Amino acid sequence: MSEPGSSLGKDLVGLEGLTSDQILTVLNTAEPFKEISERRIKKVPVLRGKTIVNLFFEASTRTRVSFEFAEKRLSADTVNISSSGSSIVKGETLVDTARNLEAMRIDMVVMRHGSSGAAKFLAERIPSSVINAGDGSHEHPTQALLDMLTIRDHHKKIEGLKICLVGDILHSRVARSNIFGLLTLGAEVAVCGPKTLLPLGIAELGVTVFSRIEEAIQWADVLNVLRLQLERMEGGFLPSLREYNQVWGVSRTRIEQAPKDLLILHPGPMNRGVEIDSDVADGPHAMILQQVTNGVAVRMAVLYLLTGGAPDTAEAAKEGAEV
Amino acid sequence: MSGALLIRGGRVIDPSQSIDAVRDVLVVDGVLAEVAEGIDPPEGAREIDAAGLVVTPGLIDVHVHLREPGGEHKETIATGARAAAAGGFTAVCAMPNTDPVVDDPAGVGFVLAQGVAAGAARVYPVGAISVGQEGKRLAAIGEMVGAGAVGITDDGNPVMDSGLMRRAMEYAQAFDIPVADHPEDLGLSGVGVMNEGLVATRLGLHGKPNASEDVHIVRDLMLADLTGGRIHLQHVSTAYGVEAIRLAKSRGVRVTAEATPHHLILTDERVEGFDTDAKMNPPLRSSADREAVREGLADGTLDVFATDHAPHHYDEKEQAFADAPNGIVGLETALGLALTHVVGEGLIDLSTLIHRMTVGPADAFGLPGGTLAPGSPGDVTILDPNEAWTVDRGVFLSKSHNTPFHGRELKGRAVFTIVGGRVVWQADA
Repeated sequence: MSEPGSSLGKDLVGLEGLTSDQILTVLNTAEPFKEISERRIKKVPVLRGKTIVNLFFEASTRTRVSFEFAEKRLSADTVNISSSGSSIVKGETLVDTARNLEAMRIDMVVMRHGSSGAAKFLAERIPSSVINAGDGSHEHPTQALLDMLTIRDHHKKIEGLKICLVGDILHSRVARSNIFGLLTLGAEVAVCGPKTLLPLGIAELGVTVFSRIEEAIQWADVLNVLRLQLERMEGGFLPSLREYNQVWGVSRTRIEQAPKDLLILHPGPMNRGVEIDSDVADGPHAMILQQVTNGVAVRMAVLYLLTGGAPDTAEAAKEGAEV
Repeated sequence: MSGALLIRGGRVIDPSQSIDAVRDVLVVDGVLAEVAEGIDPPEGAREIDAAGLVVTPGLIDVHVHLREPGGEHKETIATGARAAAAGGFTAVCAMPNTDPVVDDPAGVGFVLAQGVAAGAARVYPVGAISVGQEGKRLAAIGEMVGAGAVGITDDGNPVMDSGLMRRAMEYAQAFDIPVADHPEDLGLSGVGVMNEGLVATRLGLHGKPNASEDVHIVRDLMLADLTGGRIHLQHVSTAYGVEAIRLAKSRGVRVTAEATPHHLILTDERVEGFDTDAKMNPPLRSSADREAVREGLADGTLDVFATDHAPHHYDEKEQAFADAPNGIVGLETALGLALTHVVGEGLIDLSTLIHRMTVGPADAFGLPGGTLAPGSPGDVTILDPNEAWTVDRGVFLSKSHNTPFHGRELKGRAVFTIVGGRVVWQADA
């Protein structure tokens, strides 16, 4: 299914199965694209004439807007479809929605869906490229890529770093994509959270498991603090948000115990005072807004590579050369 | 029916009578007349030359979903009964989780009548334990048995209230029927859609732990012990479950239990790639569980080989994994899979497999048949254990094609299916 010239293949469904070369290609390609967003006129003709559908079956602000900026700054024509107010609420199936879009001759679909495997499902059924913007608890590859880019900006490397994902690993697509990507790049990865929110067999993926946040802070170079979905109390996973904050919350007093210069990431949106305290979120260790900025560049890189752009011509392409 | 059928020169395997020898089998007026050497054909008898073939009591599948009423786009009783015959089955037990649920004598009568009209495999209705399978009040068990139900089950929506389950097992004893249970604690299963473990963790799919099945297997065994009732445990898939049943049997608990083809052959690794044809309930488990189910079938802890035939329309399976319904079809692949992967791999001999497909299920549900003893129904399956074939879901007689075994090369299949002395299915020569 490989698109001629695409170093990623037809789709980006997940980071599991990608090689370290492929992941590094995305990160390296994102570098020249960062600069576009700093210009006065934030637009280059890289994807001129390409049609992209942003198909969001779940609510999303950050990811959808980030993709849309990336697409528009590369001059693609974009259409946004969200589940409310579309044929989806009229009972149309995923495959029918996709085939109808395909019949309008599109080039790419960026999809968020509540079911694990939905992106792969779609990718196997339409000839357009599919970018997974989050499928259930499975993967959210562009989030992990922007996390890795942010870590690399700071540490100049990924390999050998100790990165701990904190919180609800069980339900987190961000956690899975980070685990697959970081392990492929040679990082050491740990997870930390209440056992009710750690999936069975997680250690077999090759990650260290901490049950206490204090241990994770002693160990890590980077904490990636995951959003705690507020409805988790209802499933009996946690007694209360207050208790979660007391036991697993990333607070200033806790990170002051870190033996190393700790980097704090959060994929957003944050629950201040739950998984992360405001003085950490707004403090010098937090890379949270840098992540958001890098998100646009990473998504530009993915869009560029999937439409057949070559990694080493990204610089020229953004100045107007045809790709 | 009137007339006679003489099946000549086959290797007759009838575990109910410990027969494994070349014999002739004579059916007269729909009833088994004789198994012997060199039977003289009665005048006008139809003859089938079974030399080189295996002749067994008609195979019985005690666990099928025929979807009628309410799900006729997936299967009807007629298409299901024909699919059964094509798979070598002369009788099936239809689960009651239809729409409406079969929880009264009218529903039982409808299933029976549709089965008779189909004129293929016999269809024995199984009624619900509780009204609407809602787990609240006992269904009209006695009236349903009076109308022809051979057992009761809330398969598809298992009874969570252990008190109600106890009452069902006590009450059913008056009618000498088994209470069949799909053992699953729905609280432990939660939102799980596959086996809990490494594969689920990697795919980001929610898992059902073995414990969700084990808790109810153990509960049911304890209730059978308490009440003296007969419990039939459906589609056992866990190692602990098999061990618990083995222990209960050794202590005299009246329990029978099923093994399905898919739990004998596949593991949760088959879910890789989010294949919805590998989604069923209970889910495909670990290789250790699969081995335990195989040992259970071999030593008789699991007395019954049953398919849990669960047809779904392709549109329904053509969804993201979590959104697709549970279940796979099994009637037309079960015998070939068992001959290839259970007998063929040396786990059990052919006679033991036939036991688990004839007298085992007949005893579990108190069905006529499962034997070639004189006076029993003239139901006979003739199989060719050596015929090589490839599973092609495009030619299934079932309305549905949801199988993870499409394209698999198998050895052995039914060539004649005979119900009441009448050939209801015959393989292409």
